[in-house]
Amino acid sequence: MSASILPGRLEALGFEAGGRRLIDGLTLAFEAGPRTVILGPNGAGKSLTLRLAHGLLAPSAGRVVWRTAGAGRRQALVFQRPVMLRRSAAANVDYALALRRVTGAERVRRRDKVLERTGLAELARRPARVLSTGEQQRLALARAWAIEPEVLFLDEPTASLDPAATRAVEAIVNAIHEAGTKIVMTTHDLGQARRLADEIVFLHRGRLVEHAAAETFFDAPASAEARAFLEGDLLW
Amino acid sequence: MDDFAGAFSAAFRLIATLDPGLAEIVGLSLRVSLVAVGLAALVGLPLGAALALLRFPGRRALTVAMNALMGMPPVVVGLIVYLLLSRAGPLGVLGLLFTPTAMIAAQFLLVVPIVAALARQVAEDLWAEYEEQLRSLGCAPGRAIPTLLWDGRFSLITAVLAGFGRASAEVGAVMIVGGNIDHVTRVMTTAIALETARGDLALALGLGVILMVLSLVINGAAFVLGETARAGAR
Repeated sequence: MSASILPGRLEALGFEAGGRRLIDGLTLAFEAGPRTVILGPNGAGKSLTLRLAHGLLAPSAGRVVWRTAGAGRRQALVFQRPVMLRRSAAANVDYALALRRVTGAERVRRRDKVLERTGLAELARRPARVLSTGEQQRLALARAWAIEPEVLFLDEPTASLDPAATRAVEAIVNAIHEAGTKIVMTTHDLGQARRLADEIVFLHRGRLVEHAAAETFFDAPASAEARAFLEGDLLW
Repeated sequence: MDDFAGAFSAAFRLIATLDPGLAEIVGLSLRVSLVAVGLAALVGLPLGAALALLRFPGRRALTVAMNALMGMPPVVVGLIVYLLLSRAGPLGVLGLLFTPTAMIAAQFLLVVPIVAALARQVAEDLWAEYEEQLRSLGCAPGRAIPTLLWDGRFSLITAVLAGFGRASAEVGAVMIVGGNIDHVTRVMTTAIALETARGDLALALGLGVILMVLSLVINGAAFVLGETARAGAR
């Protein structure tokens, strides 16, 4: 494994669409280790921040800097609604591995391992598109895990899942974290943030309001916006 | 009316007894159209997907031209191929005029725009759905072409069948470049035109029935494939 891409820094990041400034002056560092949860109400810019950091969108101001070049290939993103290719569950994982030039026995080994660890081994031959929403999200996690990313971004991965499927996804996220991958995840679910976060990045209207250790954030939020959000007061 | 009834029964006798003259014509028709459509699919499917995914100068013009060519009259295509292949034409030295190869070339030109235009639409729709995910996985647009062709396989088979429908039904192009020569370049549509003009309704009707059955089978297959795609691979 070559030198780490971490830390990654967002430097004075700005993003505009349709004349509206959706991300404004966002400066933030992703350090190796802690599970980072990006928290904020709808429209805070959580998903945009992930897409900018991952390189799916180009910022209109500022820049994204990873420690080493070619960082995009060592990241993965799990979307709120995963796109499953029209082929079997196993072939979906194979496809991601093929794009990273993982071939032969190594591909089979990695694919079988991640399907096993996401509880999908029995469903490997099924067409991915007939799996349930929860199974599809686990498959998306397996597909991301297979390429052994250094950073895994997750965009509201449980937003359309029931409690049982949500627990399964959270367990897998923790397993990926324990295997050494940096987790950066968005959510608007406070319970989930408490369960998973080591540190919180709190966004409001495209700006960084607070960046703190999870305990500090939940016990003593520094900003009025964060206090209002934690108390469930309407905030947008 | 007796004439028609007689013609119908004669036509069905020709089909039932696998009349060698009829079988030869049907065989040549299928050979020409299948080869033409096969080659058109090889070219048209990647071309259509590339038009949807890649950004290059002239892409819009090519797309418009492709859509316009979809409606090009077969006789015009036949005329173009005729001019290319005729003794004085640029490809005259090949000596291909009035051969099945010339007919394949004409039908190929007729079918490529259809297959490419439909493939472009399919690939564009899929790309709208897949783009972020594929880019995140590290898939460049060029690499996405085979991915989208595979994932759009059910819709694309329908596109290829539409191309086969056009190839097997057209008469103008193969008439001009093939010449409708007995035992050499006579296919179903040109034979129907000729036999009708000569008053031999039995053979014309027999071939007509086979063409209609072929069309039914193709459309039935397209329908079943579409249903399968919707049911199995949402």
